[in-house]
Amino acid sequence: MHEINSNEFISKEKVSTETFSAEINSENKPYKPLIVAFCCNWCSYAGADLAGNNRLSYPADVKIIRVPCSCRVNPMFILRAFQRGADGVILCGCHPGDCHYTSGNYYTRRRMALLFSMLDYLGIERERTRVEWVSAAEGAKFAATMNDFAEKVAALGENKRLEDLRCKN
Amino acid sequence: MQELTRDALLARAAELLENGTVDRVLGWKRGEFAYDVTPAVFKSADEMKESFVWGDFCGANFSKYLIAETKKSENKVLAFLKPCDTYSFNQLLTEHRFDREKVYAIGIPCDGMVDIAKIREKADGIASVDTNGDKLIVHTLFDGDVTLDRAEMLAERCTVCKSKKHVAYDELLGEEGDVVDSARFDEVAKIEAMTPDERFAFWQGELSRCIRCNACRDVCPACTCEKCVFNNPNSGVENKSPANSFEEQMFHIIRAFHVAGRCTDCGECSRVCPQHIPLHLLNRKFIKDIDSFYGEYQAGAEVGSRAPHINYTEGDIEPSDAVKRGDENA
Ligand code: SF4
Ligand code: SF4
Ligand code: FES
Repeated sequence: MHEINSNEFISKEKVSTETFSAEINSENKPYKPLIVAFCCNWCSYAGADLAGNNRLSYPADVKIIRVPCSCRVNPMFILRAFQRGADGVILCGCHPGDCHYTSGNYYTRRRMALLFSMLDYLGIERERTRVEWVSAAEGAKFAATMNDFAEKVAALGENKRLEDLRCKN
Repeated sequence: MQELTRDALLARAAELLENGTVDRVLGWKRGEFAYDVTPAVFKSADEMKESFVWGDFCGANFSKYLIAETKKSENKVLAFLKPCDTYSFNQLLTEHRFDREKVYAIGIPCDGMVDIAKIREKADGIASVDTNGDKLIVHTLFDGDVTLDRAEMLAERCTVCKSKKHVAYDELLGEEGDVVDSARFDEVAKIEAMTPDERFAFWQGELSRCIRCNACRDVCPACTCEKCVFNNPNSGVENKSPANSFEEQMFHIIRAFHVAGRCTDCGECSRVCPQHIPLHLLNRKFIKDIDSFYGEYQAGAEVGSRAPHINYTEGDIEPSDAVKRGDENA
């Protein structure tokens, strides 16, 4: 599991190229999408851990960014992830009603419903964004969600509409 | 044709200045050209007599000016507010952006504002424009006078005006109107009905013209942060024109997102954009979505209402279903 601190992530410095894998465009390997998954510390991040402990596999190109609560995710983070080379961005939080800060994920749900609808309106493929509720006990759901999301994003190919070539190597 | 005359506004303002109710007046004055009207602060009736104007080019919404203006003096400032301006006025009060006690608001009826860009498409070398009933007489430098239908030259926002009713004032001049049924979401629905590729091409065509002058942000009565994200020197996008499609889209998505739920659809952003980018189509997408996801909500309709972004219900729509909603509406 690779972890990037969210503040570092939005800072001006480039995220190391190793983080955003060099596999993209490399000739001898099949195309694998780069997925950024924002995971809430209390549930989905633990769910990812459980998936790992249970040896359930999910694509290695899913890069997890741990956040204290799903509502920590500013819309700017999502756009920045796309800017720096993500092909898909998924946001995982506690199930509605289970947020450790009581109501954070309810706000997340409203914000992301509006943001994703706007991205769709601008012509950015809607399969590139997703919100999923995954609890700490749902290791299997975590793995299945990531596999499914990666597959959908792979079918779309590289993100061209919200990329910034200057940020890619 | 506007119901009230310049003289009627002048007379009332002079009275209020005279009896000490207010010591300044926020009004419009002539700019470089007669159709190039700009907001101004007048300190006396004489100043007003000289340069105050009221007519078909007085689109500027004064609500945001009240934030700075109410801090300048202990006395009240008079503000003339058209119906749509009063929504912004209420929204700013909801956000505690100025002291209501320091404003004397006069509601004035509005018969729609004329868009000079539309006239420019029909006439060259415009010297001035007069209104005569439902006609506009355009005096030009080379082709004499050109007569146009006023209704066709109205600003886009006025053709889909949502309300002729004032939602805030201390005093009303002229006739009060009603909230009207407007077709303001029709254009949004048309874009929703396009394929993703068409939508992308449409928006690239529009947004790539942006020069990042920030006028849309600066004029917006909902954009009142003292420090804006787009002024952050670490953002990489501070005060610069967009370098690629990502930066174009990021600015516009974030600008519209930050005012979502607070945007009253006053139309100032589209009015001031020197590149004629239809920013209202972004704002209205959010308004349309908010209405359809969380129930109808008009920002500024009343003071103190809770905006959809700072509210929730347990049964709210899931983001994955939200993006599909557009298909059904299309
Ligand atoms: S006013 Fe128009 S050109 Fe200026 S920043 Fe806004 S959208 Fe861009
Ligand atoms: S975003 Fe545009 S229409 Fe909405 S309140 Fe601001 S200036 Fe008015
Ligand atoms: S703590 Fe997990 S979503 Fe809020």
